[in-house]
Amino acid sequence: MKISFRLLLGTVVTCLAFALAPAHAEFSPTKPIDFVIMAGKGGGADKMARLMQSIVEKNDLADRPLIPVNKSGGSGAEALVALKSATDPDHTIMVTLNSFFTTPLRQPGLEVDIMEFAPVGRMAEDTFVLWVNVEEGVNSFEEFLAEAKSRGADWVMGGTGSAQEDQIITDYLNDTYGLEIKYIPYKGGGAVAKDLAGNQIDSSVNNPSEALGFYEAGTVIPLVAFTDERLPMFPDVPTLAELGNEFAYYMQRAVVGAPGMSADAQTYYTALFEEVYNSADWQQYKSDKSLLGDFLPGDDLKEYWGVQRDRHETILKASGAMK
Amino acid sequence: MEVVQLLFEGVWAALQPLNLGLAFLGVVIGLFVGAMPGLGSVNGVAILLPFTFVIQQVTGSVSSPMIFLAAIYYGAMYGGAISSITLGIPGASTAVATTFDGRPMALQGNADRALVIAAVASFVGGTISNILFTGAAPLLASVALRFGNPEVFALMLLAFATFVGLGGDDIPKTIVSICFGLIMSAVGFDIISGAPRLLLFDSTEWFSRGIQFLVLAIGVYGIGEMLWTIRSSRNTIKMTSAQISMKRIVRALLWFRSCWKGTLIGSFLGFFVGILPAAGATPGALMAYGVTKMVSPRRRHFGSGEVDGIAAPESANNAASTGAMLPMMTLGIPGSPTTAVLLAGMVIWGLQPGPLLFTDNPEFVWPLIGSFYISNVIAVVVNLACIPLFLRVLRMPFSILSSLIFVLSVVGTYAAYQNMYDVWLMMFFGIGAFLLRILDYPLAPAVLAIVLGPIAEPTLRQSLLLSDGSWMIFIERPIAGPITICAIILLLLPLAGLLWRLRRRA
Repeated sequence: MKISFRLLLGTVVTCLAFALAPAHAEFSPTKPIDFVIMAGKGGGADKMARLMQSIVEKNDLADRPLIPVNKSGGSGAEALVALKSATDPDHTIMVTLNSFFTTPLRQPGLEVDIMEFAPVGRMAEDTFVLWVNVEEGVNSFEEFLAEAKSRGADWVMGGTGSAQEDQIITDYLNDTYGLEIKYIPYKGGGAVAKDLAGNQIDSSVNNPSEALGFYEAGTVIPLVAFTDERLPMFPDVPTLAELGNEFAYYMQRAVVGAPGMSADAQTYYTALFEEVYNSADWQQYKSDKSLLGDFLPGDDLKEYWGVQRDRHETILKASGAMK
Repeated sequence: MEVVQLLFEGVWAALQPLNLGLAFLGVVIGLFVGAMPGLGSVNGVAILLPFTFVIQQVTGSVSSPMIFLAAIYYGAMYGGAISSITLGIPGASTAVATTFDGRPMALQGNADRALVIAAVASFVGGTISNILFTGAAPLLASVALRFGNPEVFALMLLAFATFVGLGGDDIPKTIVSICFGLIMSAVGFDIISGAPRLLLFDSTEWFSRGIQFLVLAIGVYGIGEMLWTIRSSRNTIKMTSAQISMKRIVRALLWFRSCWKGTLIGSFLGFFVGILPAAGATPGALMAYGVTKMVSPRRRHFGSGEVDGIAAPESANNAASTGAMLPMMTLGIPGSPTTAVLLAGMVIWGLQPGPLLFTDNPEFVWPLIGSFYISNVIAVVVNLACIPLFLRVLRMPFSILSSLIFVLSVVGTYAAYQNMYDVWLMMFFGIGAFLLRILDYPLAPAVLAIVLGPIAEPTLRQSLLLSDGSWMIFIERPIAGPITICAIILLLLPLAGLLWRLRRRA
């Protein structure tokens, strides 16, 4: 009798547990998560994605591992199409940069609408700084303008991809200051940083995270920051606004889910990446690499996308990269 | 002198029981992932990255987790040769060139010799590049920086030229084979404009990923080779079964003397290609094979079981894996997929890879370099000791072995990218390779082209952008110039030879 009572109790508890479980219906990944990186190895996006992965692993934040995959082809087109056609949207997320806005605008043929993607969270806004090799003998933005002007198309700027962040800034400099800087697209910021350090190119607009190693070694020097305020890391480097032109340009460092991701999965990933954002490692990295911006979850991120897309549309139309 | 002392301290640190145990464990895991088709060092390192955080917490040292991962990387370079030789399926992309001669040698009943040569060549390659790394890391880093886009392209041109210029094979067919590989490597998105290219059947989903090199390699060497063996032997399987005895293995060690040339070429060339960011061990091994074949007086025997043809790529892939650590540690730029994962590990362990790593973190750098030497010794000992075990595979009747090859090819292709499309493509390449083989087309050049194409194309286009379309950029630059000229001479040699013979006849 005693035993059967226990059995009954056990059954009731089990039934209750089952009955309660669907009420929560919480999503949790059931297989490894595809973590697509929209750029090549060694660049800012790549380093950051791998850091996020490491933070998740180190603090055991997810039940299944994040598997980073670089899809750098065609200024992010490869990654966008991969996400759009993902067979399992609940297990496919991507680290994005601003080519998330520019590439679909420039290539309507891809039929990618970024508003269909699931906004997970913005992890930071990256900053841009103008760098030159120390051997150029250029020590200020004014000297840079004079030197670049005198060399015309022989002054070479390296950057990541075509008609995206780095080229937008280069085009701005060319238009505003009447320069003819030649722009060479690379697959990733790592290769740009290396070629600047090796004096293969004359300047870059790398993110601080990409150029920092060479800056500390004294191979490259920063001339001007494309931010609203001076970066705490480079207190002596003026912003372009101080030098007379109100131009600030940032890059989103955000995580997005594949189109068609369920709302539960999106909630799960937003919570996951908010934890990553709040981790000591991430905050440390943010301040070490001059990243700005707060965490923007879900709908706030979507709103931000709308603003950014309009801004990029204006920029691309002005530069002729888009009709 | 200071370097010697630092190295001595590093080796001593690597010899501590805990680090030694980690290196041993890493080598064994590496041998396994390397030998499994479809899995390579990058998979092993990526899967075990989380485990290193535990190691770091337990030991409190930043070098121990890296010693573990580096040992996996090394072990995989040794392991790749095992399945390349015994099954004819490249165990890892880095071991593709080892199948060119390793497999024919195994079919002749000399698999033990091939395995011994692969292990010893790997050891020599690894050790030579360790010495280069120890002695001249900062200097070599500055050499790597001198290699811009035109230089890298010139080097790629040289690699193609070694396959065309002095090959014993039919030259027009070699060129067709290279072109086929280049076309395959161009499928996907244009690297600069982002326009889709060669999207067959209008299926972006399928082709936007491009054609992965491993898919072609497993198709050609797994399925294609298997079909070829079946065809050439028909009902009578003439494959000599491998003999197993320690005596034969010791005798094979003596054979190693005859391939010192391939080993040396592989070691130095592999290391050099490894230190160039963007290249890595797979191109290094293929180029070493090409160059060794070119300078060998026995080049006509390459592809049918030549010892140098095993020693060169095997020494090169180990040398390149050490080399690839160099740009990762000194420039913060990974030279291969595996080092990209290692780099991520270093960031989370709190290190800043870059020009200052050697001065800021000697407690990390030197034990790691010390462990390179130790892991290499462990790997060669474990590998040689296990050879009798590997050889058992070859005692299976071919009717069983061929189904094993088929299954491993399919599973390996799927495991690499988890996509059925790759498996179908692999089958297609396998059957295609078999048919081309009947028509006597060499297939190694196609494999070379699909590896080097994605490096050659962007560097060519970036160089031409730099020069406003002038091809003289490849001749005028001080480093690119001599390399380009060598490549052009090599390409023209067969033509010159033909003219010479015609004149003599006239």
